[in-house]
Amino acid sequence: MARIGVFICHCGENIGATVDCEKVAMAASEYDGVAYSIDYKYMCSDPGQNLIRQAIKEKELTGVVVAACSPRMHEPTFRRACNEAGLNPYLCEMANLREHCSWVHEKNEATTEKAIDLVRMLVEKVKRNHPLSSIKVPVTKTALVIGGGISGIQASLDIANTGHKVVLIEREPSIGGHMSQLSETFPTLDCSQCILTPRMVEVAQHPNITLLTYAELESIEGFIGNFKARIRKKAKSIDEKLCTGCGLCTTKCPNKKIPGEFNAGLGNRTAIYVPFPQAVPNKPVIDKLNCTYYTKGKCRVCEKVCPTQAIRFDQEDEIIDIPVGAVVLATGFAVRGTDFFPEYGYGKHPDIITGLQFERLASASGPTLGEIRRPSDGKIPGKIVFVACAGSRDPAKGIPYCSKICCMYTAKHAMLYQHKVHDGESYVFYMDIRAAGRNYEEFVRRAIEEDGVNYIRGRVSRIYEKQGKLIVKGADTLLGGMPVEIEADMVVLATAGIANEGSEVLAQKMHVSYDQYHFFTEAHPKLKPVETNTAGIFLVGACQAPRDIPESVGQASGAAAKVAALFSQNELTREPVIAVVNRSAPPMYSTCAGCFMCVSACPYQAIEKEELTDRKGQLIKTVARVNPGLCQGCGTCVAFCRSKSIDIQGYTHEQMVSEVMALLNN
Amino acid sequence: MAEFEPKIVAFVCNWCTYAGADLTGTSRIKYASNVRIIRFPCTGRIDYMLLLKAFGEGADGIIVSGCHPNDCHYTSGNFHARRRWIVFRSLIDFLGIDIRRITFSWVSAAEGAKWAGLVNSTVSVIRDLGPYDDYKKIANFIEKEVSHG
Repeated sequence: MARIGVFICHCGENIGATVDCEKVAMAASEYDGVAYSIDYKYMCSDPGQNLIRQAIKEKELTGVVVAACSPRMHEPTFRRACNEAGLNPYLCEMANLREHCSWVHEKNEATTEKAIDLVRMLVEKVKRNHPLSSIKVPVTKTALVIGGGISGIQASLDIANTGHKVVLIEREPSIGGHMSQLSETFPTLDCSQCILTPRMVEVAQHPNITLLTYAELESIEGFIGNFKARIRKKAKSIDEKLCTGCGLCTTKCPNKKIPGEFNAGLGNRTAIYVPFPQAVPNKPVIDKLNCTYYTKGKCRVCEKVCPTQAIRFDQEDEIIDIPVGAVVLATGFAVRGTDFFPEYGYGKHPDIITGLQFERLASASGPTLGEIRRPSDGKIPGKIVFVACAGSRDPAKGIPYCSKICCMYTAKHAMLYQHKVHDGESYVFYMDIRAAGRNYEEFVRRAIEEDGVNYIRGRVSRIYEKQGKLIVKGADTLLGGMPVEIEADMVVLATAGIANEGSEVLAQKMHVSYDQYHFFTEAHPKLKPVETNTAGIFLVGACQAPRDIPESVGQASGAAAKVAALFSQNELTREPVIAVVNRSAPPMYSTCAGCFMCVSACPYQAIEKEELTDRKGQLIKTVARVNPGLCQGCGTCVAFCRSKSIDIQGYTHEQMVSEVMALLNN
Repeated sequence: MAEFEPKIVAFVCNWCTYAGADLTGTSRIKYASNVRIIRFPCTGRIDYMLLLKAFGEGADGIIVSGCHPNDCHYTSGNFHARRRWIVFRSLIDFLGIDIRRITFSWVSAAEGAKWAGLVNSTVSVIRDLGPYDDYKKIANFIEKEVSHG
């Protein structure tokens, strides 16, 4: 006979203010098989958990239902509490009275009725739960870090320094990411490359890090501790062992007019190129789409000039499989272009640039060697306008979120401009100044008060060209919407930070969720900021949302600590929610008829054929068998099975049918 | 007479729609309380006989929802669910069950508002269709025949 304990949580006011918890507890006490039922203010608190532990012992409970928040939040907490009191953790279920009831419905009878229904349904389910034991799996102590920007670099170094192996892959020819493109960093104004490049070199030289540049993830399979990553190493068309990085080929390449990615389109590069002087590895790659030999079949100048004969035109992409135990996604973000704005001329005017392009102009390694010059004619602009929130916080543009970094970098840009062009005039149009962070507000004040940057609160409605000047029309909302018109020489748009193109494809490969803007989503917005819904896959940096450098670095170290904790175990325990094919006594052995529909349904190739034999070794019949190491517990096979011979632990037929029946039979 | 309050059962997957409904809660978006959610690991796990069982027990309407195509936590469970739904839909249509009583949808973990909208629209559709006990009568009749016969 079942002896179920029901524990109703008020969650302070969260549930208690909407649902009559006492009434729910009363109703539950009358269900068949319920031995104990009580409501309490905070079930997840220590006294709350003690209540459960005590009741299990005193009332000799055979199952527990905790009606509280979402099981996605506290199921592990309550299962642990049950385990501590000697009850198998899988005999504990949660009814979701908060997210699915009190938070979404009005306070009335019907809401309490719903709560009672939800509890009854879980009571009926838990009566049919079986004790399960978690599955032990080995751990491959190598981490795969995808993306070699500052987040990926920091995560790789931190993991490698704990003594574990790291494979870092980067799709560009060099690591460094967006940070390597920046001129100086807020709020300290130290040079971005000066603080980044030593880290890049450390990555390349670290004995525990394997660096694969110009490489992308093809596919990944497996589960926490046991992933298999398939990586495409794109052909660089050079032999990296022979190449010394002398750079002769890049100076001789005749194809010199390709807009360079590193300079955000403001400078040119050659077809065989090193993205920037401090690149790691500092060896060139041939851009096959632009190389004259690959497109037209002749040239081969680089091959002729190479002193070590390192050019390999016949090199092909290489596919390698790497077993890894954890994955860190650090793929970063992209910046919206100026062509996104019809009111600002669709980016057709060369002197309307993005913030990232301004970074390149202000950078000592940039196309103008750090002098602020207009892209159109190379003149130093005497009047410059910065437009913050260009696209961000604008639902009409489809980007309602705040890109977070623009307020700070716009202040920095205006400051850098004033430092470099002493008699210049700079204007910043802003909606609000969001400078939360240590020394951030002070930095913005400095731009306004010490460097004399003119801040105008208002939006820019239109920018157009008139007699060589860019007319910026806007309004000053602090002066009651007074129209403002500025004749500028150059305009910098702080365009929105957006998800990388194709980020949703990567998310689908990794089975991590993503939001409507295609940024990856974390497992819990507050308590699991670097984890994803897929165990063993972590998120760091701007692939999750626009982030500044300190935040990305902090997150990367956080994720590295998670990976290190994972790798500190020799064995992992996995949820025993897996499929099982029944076995019974002779002469049946199993109700499985051996149709093997399940084999074709299984996305993990976890179902195999098993020959049942008698003592003499004579074949009795061939049935299906689930490999518990491979099964992930989706249950697709269960719905497929015609004879209902396969079932999934924790979500059995019996449990699901009893839930349906409990819900409606009142 | 009090307004008819339909009973809606939602069969949802753990990774997308259950989490999406959690997000509806954390965003405090209000919706009709007629729905009862049953959590499955994946829509691929949902044996559609359970849907008939729900009708047999007196459900007036059903929602089946999981991850968007390509977003399945288990790679392809939602595709199996969709394929099964296409077959199942014509079967129950043939049997004389109004297919408007079953709503098949995708709600991702980020679509809290979509979940609320889905529930509300389903409730209003079922409210217009009225209570449903045709299948319940048949199911109960068959049960009696089997147990007494």
